[in-house]
Amino acid sequence: MASTSADIRSILATDCGSTTTKAILIEKRDGAYRLIVRGEAPTTVEAPFEDVTRGVLNAVREVEELAGRRILDGERIITPQSGDEGVDLYVTTSSAGGGLQMMVSGLVLQMTGESAQRAALGAGAIVMDVIALNDGRRPYEKIRRLRQLRPDMILLSGGTDGGDTRRVVEMAEILAAADPKARLGTGYELPVIYAGNKEAVAAVTECLGSRTALSVVPNLRPALERENLRPARDAIHELFMEHVMAHAPGYRKLMTWTPVPIMPTPGAVGIIIEKVARRDRLAVVGVDIGGATTDVFSVFQEVFNRTVSANLGMSYSVSNVMAEAGIANILRWVPFDVNEIALRNRIKNKMIRPTTIPQTLEDLVIEQAIAREALRLAFEQHKALATSLKGVQTERTISDIMAQSGSGQTLVNLLDLGLLVGSGGVLSHAPRRVQAALMMIDAFLPEGLTQLAVDSIFMAPQLGVLSSVHEQAATEVFERDCLIRLGAVLAPIGSGKAGQACVTVEVTAPGQPAIDRRVPFGELVLLPLPPEGKVRVVAAPERGFDLGAGRGKPIEAEIHGGVVGLLVDTRGRRPFALPASTTERIARLRAWNQALDLYPGDV
Amino acid sequence: MAHAYTPGLRVTERAVLRRERRLPLKGTVTVDVGAAVEARTVVARTELPGNVQTLNVAAKLSIDPANVPGALIKPIGSEVRAGEMVARGKTLFGLLTQTATTPTTGTLESVSAITGQLILREPPIPVEVNAYIQGVVVAVIPAEGVVVETEATFIQGIFGVGGETQGEIVVVSEGPDQELRGENLSESHRGKVVVGGAYVSYETLMRAKAVEVAAVVVGGFDDGDLRRLLGRDLGVAITGSEELGLTLILTEGFGRIRMADRSWRLLEAAAGRAASVSGATQIRAGVMRPEILVPFGGSVPQREAAAVSTGIEPGSLLRVIREPHFGRIATVVELPPELRELESGSMARVMVVEFADDRARAVVPRANVELIER
Repeated sequence: MASTSADIRSILATDCGSTTTKAILIEKRDGAYRLIVRGEAPTTVEAPFEDVTRGVLNAVREVEELAGRRILDGERIITPQSGDEGVDLYVTTSSAGGGLQMMVSGLVLQMTGESAQRAALGAGAIVMDVIALNDGRRPYEKIRRLRQLRPDMILLSGGTDGGDTRRVVEMAEILAAADPKARLGTGYELPVIYAGNKEAVAAVTECLGSRTALSVVPNLRPALERENLRPARDAIHELFMEHVMAHAPGYRKLMTWTPVPIMPTPGAVGIIIEKVARRDRLAVVGVDIGGATTDVFSVFQEVFNRTVSANLGMSYSVSNVMAEAGIANILRWVPFDVNEIALRNRIKNKMIRPTTIPQTLEDLVIEQAIAREALRLAFEQHKALATSLKGVQTERTISDIMAQSGSGQTLVNLLDLGLLVGSGGVLSHAPRRVQAALMMIDAFLPEGLTQLAVDSIFMAPQLGVLSSVHEQAATEVFERDCLIRLGAVLAPIGSGKAGQACVTVEVTAPGQPAIDRRVPFGELVLLPLPPEGKVRVVAAPERGFDLGAGRGKPIEAEIHGGVVGLLVDTRGRRPFALPASTTERIARLRAWNQALDLYPGDV
Repeated sequence: MAHAYTPGLRVTERAVLRRERRLPLKGTVTVDVGAAVEARTVVARTELPGNVQTLNVAAKLSIDPANVPGALIKPIGSEVRAGEMVARGKTLFGLLTQTATTPTTGTLESVSAITGQLILREPPIPVEVNAYIQGVVVAVIPAEGVVVETEATFIQGIFGVGGETQGEIVVVSEGPDQELRGENLSESHRGKVVVGGAYVSYETLMRAKAVEVAAVVVGGFDDGDLRRLLGRDLGVAITGSEELGLTLILTEGFGRIRMADRSWRLLEAAAGRAASVSGATQIRAGVMRPEILVPFGGSVPQREAAAVSTGIEPGSLLRVIREPHFGRIATVVELPPELRELESGSMARVMVVEFADDRARAVVPRANVELIER
């Protein structure tokens, strides 16, 4: 490898997903790092190959063909780059084999249970279940559950430092009685991380030390008013490498190819989102909607949170979106009449044949309606978990805690949200970019002024792991080649009557005439923006409407241009409501769609 | 030559198939390599460890947890019956004697001096695995199970519910485009695998259950009826463990869809023979589809299973699996290499197909077809 970051001329990064292994080649050209090409191949973790490196090599071969240069010497990645051959750095992430599946436990579900869940989710895991003393299940039911699920790893927490140890040991005893087995392989002990009351370490070690691969890290909730998730997250990443990945087919070999630890895919995405938020001093929400799951990442008040909605997705889980959202919620976004029996059958047919794509416009509209609901539900779940207990070094007084209901208020404040980034096929590959913008707006209902973007080809995972060793390269490629800036949405809070004065918007951008537009209540209006560069926006809401500065008070901001433009959304917030009558709702949807040129034809 | 690969369901008259039959935990294999087995022959058995119950002895006896091990009147490892006294202690300066009895029959597994909990394990649960198919044991996985091989007519469905079952095949509907009707079902169908045509309603399925049909095989079923059958909306296609009283297999999908002629003809030809059927479906990485196997019986000739699919090429027979031509059978005419714009506005790789019924031609995305494998 090249000796310092500055010397690195080329980087190969892969992401081994459940179905596809994606490879990108980054090169330094004219002083800046850029994406050169991208290749992909089916992931080869399962039979008949059972060796993840086959898929990696196939994806890299595609990169070689597209880039027109050699990277492999047989089955070896050439490092460092020599002349026009090889690369200086190779990094990879993985979610193959279903990603990292964990069970977590705490004493009180809403306190240490939730902290443990946040730690695991933040590290990129899927949390299969949260076991707590007060979860409503009797001990034998907890034990049965622990035995039924075969997690990759268990995170055991509970108690503040110096608090009662007996209850913590009780949880350890339940775990020992269950004697849970690891998911992959039968010949190794299940990794367990203990991150609870430090006074109970000896007793927990005695209970679990001989039965499991136990690691002890500092308490993730050392005091009631303080969370310290980092050590548990780091331990999860380390054990993911040492135990889980080491037992997945081909990973031992893959680990020798890269000097950087293999990271779980969502953990890597979280890192890049966190870095962008810190760099631009913005509250950021990122969402990745896949076939089986939807991940939501957020940074509000400098606190990073991630949630995964394991059964909200567009193919394998599409039917579950219908089950959770209800048919009526899906149909409210569809601007034509649909027979409910036919719609149910259509959704189930997508579930059983998950790789199909919409051919007709009607099918596309329905698929995008389902996506809105999947995103909305995933965001609701995220808001419920991203709550006000801050990370390390942020303390609240005990009276603050007592004043709150449950485990705190959500950190997600849509008025603060500066950037909303979407990725996943239904957003990244929508035939018109404005469709992706409106799906995100309808699902998240941003308030005030919020910039919108999509991840062009979902390379955030590779850039996340890269950022852990070469931040400059990762952020340059993220900004220039990964993010497609769509523009922004301006949505006043408040409601009124259709046609009533709502907001006046001025847009000043280099190279285009200034725009000054009054938008009445109940409209969706698209104002053009240059695709790149900075734009000045001044917006003055009418009395009774708020853009974040207070009712009737104007806001002024500088935002990025974008390929879609500035969407002025005066359909109302708090509440946002669609007309109750079907005829009226369809008429409004059609009018909005036409105003945005959302679909070809009269839909 | 233009070429594409889209995996499809296997529908084949004769194939050599193997099925692995494994215990959930290690145990005893009861047959040897070379043994001829029937579908219901037990090939392996084991005992699953019993469920665990906890008993808070410290609380029951009102004593300090540290004193609990000394209060036990039976040593760890002892077998106990439900209601039996297992611990005794004195409280109130030795004036009162308190006792603790077990909530369940089982074994005393462990006791904690920190929490005062006694862990009891219930008796083991016996588990048996049968051969599932008539055939020959070709391999033994020591202490875990066997591999059974058979030569059979093999039809994969697209979706199913309900577990493994066996029964004689009976074709009840008059054609692949006909609905399976309740009035056509009678007591004579008890224990049989009933083949319908394009559709079965919930009411007919309940009739089939009432006469104790083993399995129903049809082209399509409504999702609303599936919800009634399961008592919930099925969110993710992972099935097979439902206890419905019968197994349902859909060969085509949801809705009223004519059963593919090839599946229909093979099932007609297999009428009167014993079939092994599984509704288990898992649509995730590592797809599992429901299946109907109709073994020919007798020794299995030593030859390889049917050739692996070579992919889609002009002349390939396939089924369109998405609107606007959902369920129609067609032949590939052309595989243009360039991306084409669909009505939805998306750019996609496509193929030109000719439908089997009316010879009309249409352009469909390659992602929206399924090869009918022979």
